Amino acid sequence: MIKVRLFAGLAEAAGKRELEIPVEGRITAQELRRLLVVRYPNLGNLLKNSIVAVNQEYTDDRRWITDRDEVVMIPPVSGG
Amino acid sequence: MMKDYEITTREIDINRLIQRVSRPQAGAVATFFGTVRGVTDGKRTLFLEYEAYGEMAEKKMEQIGMEILERYPEAGVAMIHRIGRLQVSEIVVAIAVSTPHRQDAFEACRYAIEQIKTIVPIWKKEYQEDGSFWVEGKDHDD
Repeated sequence: MIKVRLFAGLAEAAGKRELEIPVEGRITAQELRRLLVVRYPNLGNLLKNSIVAVNQEYTDDRRWITDRDEVVMIPPVSGG
Repeated sequence: MMKDYEITTREIDINRLIQRVSRPQAGAVATFFGTVRGVTDGKRTLFLEYEAYGEMAEKKMEQIGMEILERYPEAGVAMIHRIGRLQVSEIVVAIAVSTPHRQDAFEACRYAIEQIKTIVPIWKKEYQEDGSFWVEGKDHDD
């Protein structure tokens, strides 16, 4: 089970701060994003515009993810 | 004890921030304060609500600081970003950079705020009279 933390607009649209994706072993960030969109179609556009952060680092879509990783979807930032 | 790279829910104490970068080799301290603007695109802002992925945000701010120190090894760098509800004119983000000479301090300070707005996982929600929305990406005034 991979847990994905959400913030800001994503958390609000999902109505929760964490999503769970049943996965055994490892998957790529790209695959994770695809599974999230299938499971939560109403978040589709927000998910597509987000970057996957793994263990507090931005990653590209080829990065492998397991259930031991800290995974967060990062929508476009707007600090400052 | 204030950290050099900090996300806080409290009011920002700019004097303490400046003290963090004060050192004998500094001949200049440049500061930047971002404040809550009361009007955006002709619409009145009631207040802003900020949220951060705190652990990563502090890490990313530190990364920005390290990049500045690589370029200006004698610099002192500190930055703090506030989250939660902020009223118009309140300070949201504060940056202080000290260097031996002023030019470097100005440049590094500018670099820091641009990078904060680009890579640090912080989000703002704007509350206006007729509704609210999460702001996506940089402000128009960048």
